[in-house]
This record gives sequence, C-alpha cells and structure tokens, in this order.
Amino acid sequence: MSKGLALHWRLIPQRYNLVGTECLKCGRKFFPTRQLCPECRRAGDIKEVKFSGEGEIYSYTIIHTPPEGFDFMKPYALGIIKLVEGPLVTAQLVDCKPEDLEIGKRVELVFRKIIADGSSGIIRYGYKFKLKD
Amino acid sequence: MSRKVAIIGIGMTKFGELWNKRYRDLITEAGADAIKDAGIEGEDIQGLYIGSMSPGLFAGQEHIGALVADYSGLSGIPATRIEAACASGGLALREAYLTIKSGAMDIVVAGGVEKMTDVTTSSATIALMGAGDQEWEAFKGVTFPSLYALMARRHMAEYGTTIEQISQVAVKSHHNASLNPHAQFPFKVTSEQVMNSAIIADPLRLLHCSPITDGAAAVVLASEEKAKRLVDDPIWIIGSSSATDTIALHDRKSLSRMDSTIIASKKAYKETKIKPEDIDFAEVHDCFSIAEILAIEGLSFCKLGDGGKITENGETEIDGRIPINPSGGLKGKGHPVGATGIAQAVEATLQLRGKAGKRQIKDSENALIHNVGGSGATTVIHILKRG
Amino acid sequence: MAVGIVGYGVYIPKYRIKTEEIARVWGADGENIRKALFIHEKTVPAIDEDTSTISVECARNAIQHARIDPQEIGAIYVGSESHPYAVKPTATIVAAAIDAVPELTAADYEFACKAGTAAMQTSMGLVKSKMIKYGLAIGADTSQGKPGDALEYTASAGGGAYIIGTKNLIAEIHDTYSYTTDTPDFWRREGQEFPSHGARFTGQPAYFKHVIQTARGIMSKNKLKPDDFDYVVFHQPNGKFPLKAAKTIGFEKRQIMKGLVTPYIGNTYSGSTLLGLARVLDEANEGEMILAVSYGSGAGSDAFIIEVTKENEKRRNPKPLQGYMDRKEYVDYATYAKFKGKLKGVKLEKP
Repeated sequence: MSKGLALHWRLIPQRYNLVGTECLKCGRKFFPTRQLCPECRRAGDIKEVKFSGEGEIYSYTIIHTPPEGFDFMKPYALGIIKLVEGPLVTAQLVDCKPEDLEIGKRVELVFRKIIADGSSGIIRYGYKFKLKD
Repeated sequence: MSRKVAIIGIGMTKFGELWNKRYRDLITEAGADAIKDAGIEGEDIQGLYIGSMSPGLFAGQEHIGALVADYSGLSGIPATRIEAACASGGLALREAYLTIKSGAMDIVVAGGVEKMTDVTTSSATIALMGAGDQEWEAFKGVTFPSLYALMARRHMAEYGTTIEQISQVAVKSHHNASLNPHAQFPFKVTSEQVMNSAIIADPLRLLHCSPITDGAAAVVLASEEKAKRLVDDPIWIIGSSSATDTIALHDRKSLSRMDSTIIASKKAYKETKIKPEDIDFAEVHDCFSIAEILAIEGLSFCKLGDGGKITENGETEIDGRIPINPSGGLKGKGHPVGATGIAQAVEATLQLRGKAGKRQIKDSENALIHNVGGSGATTVIHILKRG
Repeated sequence: MAVGIVGYGVYIPKYRIKTEEIARVWGADGENIRKALFIHEKTVPAIDEDTSTISVECARNAIQHARIDPQEIGAIYVGSESHPYAVKPTATIVAAAIDAVPELTAADYEFACKAGTAAMQTSMGLVKSKMIKYGLAIGADTSQGKPGDALEYTASAGGGAYIIGTKNLIAEIHDTYSYTTDTPDFWRREGQEFPSHGARFTGQPAYFKHVIQTARGIMSKNKLKPDDFDYVVFHQPNGKFPLKAAKTIGFEKRQIMKGLVTPYIGNTYSGSTLLGLARVLDEANEGEMILAVSYGSGAGSDAFIIEVTKENEKRRNPKPLQGYMDRKEYVDYATYAKFKGKLKGVKLEKP
C-alpha cells in the first residue's frame, strides 16, 4: 500500500518539527503553514519559522469512539494547544489520565507514531503533546 | 433582474437505518413526493441541485447530478451536485434559489441525500472527518464529535454552561421527534438518560450526538409567476445567505461561538429587514446538542453565552418564545448529512402551511432555517415567509 | 586529540509492569523471580511508541544537553534489534526529526544489545579522523519478549543517545576495545516475531566470557586495574549478571550500583549500557573514571575508558535518567500485551 506517500513526506518538517510560517509584514504566525496571510494576502511576506513546542491546553476532550485504525488507542485525549508563539494546533495528549487535564495546563512537544498504513505501508509519525512536569 | 422565489412542493423519506433502500432510491422517492406535492409534472423541471457530502467515500459514487437526473427519469436536464459537508443541502437550496432569482430558470428541484449505513461506524467517522481538516485534524485521529466536544468545553469554561443545559437540548429534540412520523428516533428521553448514555467524546455522550442516518429530502422551487399559478400556498424564500470560516477548528478566532453563523445571519437579517426577535421559529443545525446552543446564540435569539439558560427555561420549546427544531432537529429526526439542509426547508414549509400536525407551532408567519458544514466552516441561512 | 561525549540524552516510556504481575499470568513465583533476576519492574512502551519515537526523544534530549547546532552533526547511527522497518533506517527518521538533514551520513546498526556502542565507536572514528564534527550514536529498543519465556520479565523499552565530538566534552573517551566472536547464544531469524536463546548457554560462554575478556583486555592494554575506576557499567540483561561479572573481575559493589538500572527499568537491550552510563554521568564529577562494557549476543563486547571532565559539573544534563525513572504508571498484563502488539489484530494501523 503506497498511497499518500508524497502527501505525508512533504509535511514532515511540519509534522515532526512544528515548522510553520509567519508574515513578516503583519507579524502573524501560522501553524500549520499558510502561504497566503489572511490579513495581508498578496501584500504579505511569508517566511518559515520553527515553533518551540511549548504551549498550554486551550481545550481538550477524550475520544471514546475512534476513527478506523485508532481503535486500540481508546480512550485517548485530544487537545487544542495554544503554542507560546500564538497559533493553536490540534493534537493528541499522551501519557496522561483524563483527570489530569485542565484548560491552561502547560504542555510540551513529543514525537510519536500517529498511525501506520496497514502492515506493509509506511509509518506516519507526528507531533503530540504531554503535560509538563 | 431579481425575482421572488417560492417553495411550492416538499418531499421527504423516513430518516433512519434504511437497509433496503439504495442511495438512488432515496432521492428519487423524495423527489417524486415533492413533485407530486407541487402538482407539477417531471417535464416542468428545468434543473436539479443535489446536496450530498460523501457518496464517494461511502459508496465510491461521484457524478451525483447525472445519477439523480437519470434515476428520476429526467436525464438530459442540467444537474449539479453541491458539497459543503453537512451544509450541502442548505447550499443546494441556495444555489437553486439563486438560479431562479437570477432569471436563469423558473422551476428547479433542490434535493439532499445521504446513505451512511453501508459502511461501519468507524469508516463513517473517517468519511465525516472530510468536513474538517484532513491534514491537521483527521490525520491526528480527530473525530467529528471531538471537535464539538472541544467547543463545548470552551463554552462551559467561558460561560459556565452546564452539561445539564446541553442535555436539555437533547431532551427537547426527542420530545419534538416523538411527534414527527418521519423521525429516526420518535421517542422521548429524560435528562438522566442523556447524561448516562455512552460517552463519545468527553463531555459529549451518545444522546448529545446526532446519529448516522440514511435519508433524502427535496423541495420544488418556482419563480413568483409560476408559483402563483401552480399553488395556493407558496412559501417564499425572502432571505438567503451563506458565510465561511476557517476549515480547521484550531484556526478559528473563538471556539465558543460560531462566526460563520453570526456573519450569515447578519446578512440575512439585513437583506430581509427582519430582526432576530421577529423570527417566529427556526430549524437549526444541532449535529451535537452544543451546536444548537452555539446556533441560537449566533442567530441572536439570545446573548452570547445564554443559549444554555434559555434552553433550560423552556424558551425554545414548541410553545416557547422562540421554538427551535420543532421537527426534532438533527438529533431526533436524524442527520443524513446532505439531506439535512433540505429537510429543514421541508419542516419550515410544513409548519408555515399549518400542516405540521401534533408539533404545529401556532400562528407563525416566518421561519429561519440554519445549516452548518463541518465544525462551522460553512453556514447557510434561509428565511421563509408565508403569504 | 581528545575525543569524547559532548552531550547525551535518555528516554524511557512512562509505563511499567511489575515482575509479579507477569509471573501471575504464567503461574510462576513472582517474588522468587524478582530475587533471582534482581528485577522489580520493567518499562512498557505506549501503543504509539516505537524505536523511532524513543530514538528521537533521546536524540532531542542529547542535543539540548550538548547545545550544538544539529546541522553540524555529520553522522547518525541508530543501533537496535527492534527497528520499526526492516528496510528504511531509523537513523533517517531521527535525522529529519532533529533537523540534521540533509548533509550527513546515516545508517542503522544491528548487533543485539551492543548496537548502540558500536555506533559510538564508529562516531569516534569519524570524529577523530576529522571526517565529521559531531557524530550521534543511539541505542534504543522496544524489545519483544516471548510470552511465558524467562526473557519476558526483562525485555523492556528505552534508549540513549550520545553526541561524540572533540570540544566541550563532558567526558573524554580515552580508549575503546572490542572482543568479537561467532557465538550463537541469542538470535532471531528473519520473519520470526520473538528471539530464541540458548538458556544457560547465554551465561558463561556468552555474556560472561565476552564482558570479562573485554574488561580485562582494555584494562591490560591501558595498564589499569579495577580500583583505578570510580564506576563500572556493564550491559545489564538482568540485575544479577553485572554484579557477578563485576565481582569476577575484581570490582566492588559500590562501583557498580550507580550504573545498575535494569532492576527498575528492565533490559532496554541496545539502550542498556548507554542508560547505565547516563545514570553515572548524571552525577559523576571531574576526574572520575568510568569503565563501560557493553555486550551484544552473537557475540561481542565493546569497552570504553571514560574520564569525566569539569564541563560535566558545569553543564549537568537537564533531563537526567532519574527523572524519567521517577515518572511512572503501572499497567496490568492485559494492557501490557495490548500496548506491545502481543494480541492478534491489535495494532495502530489503518486496516
């Protein structure tokens, strides 16, 4: 099974290292990357920027009905994380119990397996977050 | 040239797990009912707009416009499939409306259809995530309920909305659905049952979530001239608007309100010169109970943050100040994704005609129907009026 | 020219399973096994962890400690016996994840539990010959224990990453010496899910012979004796073997205890010696001498004579192993089996 190879590969800097973009014109930072600043559009000046992976929980939920492939992870925590640099990002929260989660708690970036493409396809890795000690 | 447009015929299948019906059977059934209701013949129809989210993912079937025209016995006429996730139906209605308004056609059918039960729940969950951001939400194992759960949690943190208030939406939905013969779940539930139902995505439980449903609905639209000749009780579409917002929830300006709804409703109110307090009732997009709260706030039926309170007070019941979802909403009636927007038009029309039976809202002149795509990336609004 | 460790990083998963819990399932005497193997509990990787994720975490930690620009890493070698791909190096995934791409060489190593130290030796060679500025050597595993087998009590998950260079060293590697033979003590054929081993044959003719010969060999070559060292770290397949090897060679318990981590985290296979060494480095001071001796079945041993520098006192590792050891949550056998893919059909995979 080899579909979606290029799709994942071109997103590796984003998925492994939180490489986003910023508009040097208005200062807005974007993750995931945007090539067109919503504020400035064609007048914007887009540059790559790497985010630190530090952030806090903006919202969270615990998923009990996973989509296909994620079945054996249930229940798993999913959060919208506010990175210290500003953008919000959606990611799983790992190594935590549901009762440990609270809006505002600080989190940091970890590197985990997202899912594999069947037993013979590629393994897709990506960002998740864990609570800071 | 800008003309008035009316709904002159409505049709709808039962909503539910319809094992014996194919996708194409559902839409032709609904379409045939609508045409019969309008008192016209197939030959009178000049165009089709069909809202359907993902027959491709559910059944590998694309090219829906041609398929529906073919199976309706209308092969040859222009047919367009519209997709805006769960707002596909509402947007199909809008495109049909604009076609007549602009003078391009006089009689058009707007339909919506979805067949969701031919795949497993976890497959359907994947298909529905097509409404979100594939690269940055779905890829991470996000599900639709989890997106609304993330919004619910913010709404609860920012406004103090309680799970009991959110559950009350479901109680009302089921109560209204019990009066609706087309509904998937025509039975009442108690608040306790809602709050003890299986957990889906904390804090949302099974009974806070609209189901996976098969179904179709269709309406016949006509220009003012044709409408007045064909029927006694045309229901006029006096306002139509739509707005978009970011595809991914994490890119929104706020998780506790739905900006696409706020923007679209302001446009609709401005266009019709009707104020929110003058709307008699509304069919809103309650894909999850929290969505109804976000909807009624976004539509300015109450202040931001008060949606839970006014639901708790009974203000949105059929006999309340601003009845919401007399049909039972997506929760009670069912949510065959592409059909929902059209089904809302069907209910509003039925109500305005005075033909809603046990769930009739008394003395209503106008109605607002509200259809949302995804976690709020599209909102389509129509305002209907009788007379 | 001095060659040594610029920085290092460790990672072990959060979950643990107790020896008694495993024994309970197989109807064995857990208390007895715990004492016999000197192992209380072992680490268990979460279902979304594997050798790549562990390698990346410890590599990122190593870079944080070393304070180097990852673009200056000229080589990455990852040693493991549980690489996620049979063909596609873990080293490339690490390279991308630490932003070392694209100007570097990389490859994966296999030599049972000593693949990580082999990676260190290669890095030393490339650095010393000035072919590269920094080399990153990683040993990491999510080793699979056959259900009911003795090795199931010890096979755990974890990894260590070492950045080898010539400047700002927290420890100098004065010498390395290896001893390699063709010894079939423990192996896994292609396609087999679990390794096989020679039971008692894995003791004297395998582990002990190589570890002891290598320790004696490097000391003899450098005219050193056991009491010239402050610490000794052996590969630690269980808590007992290293103690016995130490005693045989003439080391004392006080020299080995700091670097003996298996009793608390299990045998992290390619990570074993590296993690034991890290525990020592976390606290060692200027001038202290460490003898590190790895062992990989098949068989071979790599020994290193390491002297701690003043830099190590100034630049302590911000993420010491003890912190990871203290961060734990116990799981039962069923959850352990689920996480480790021991249950048919249970995988983190699209169907």
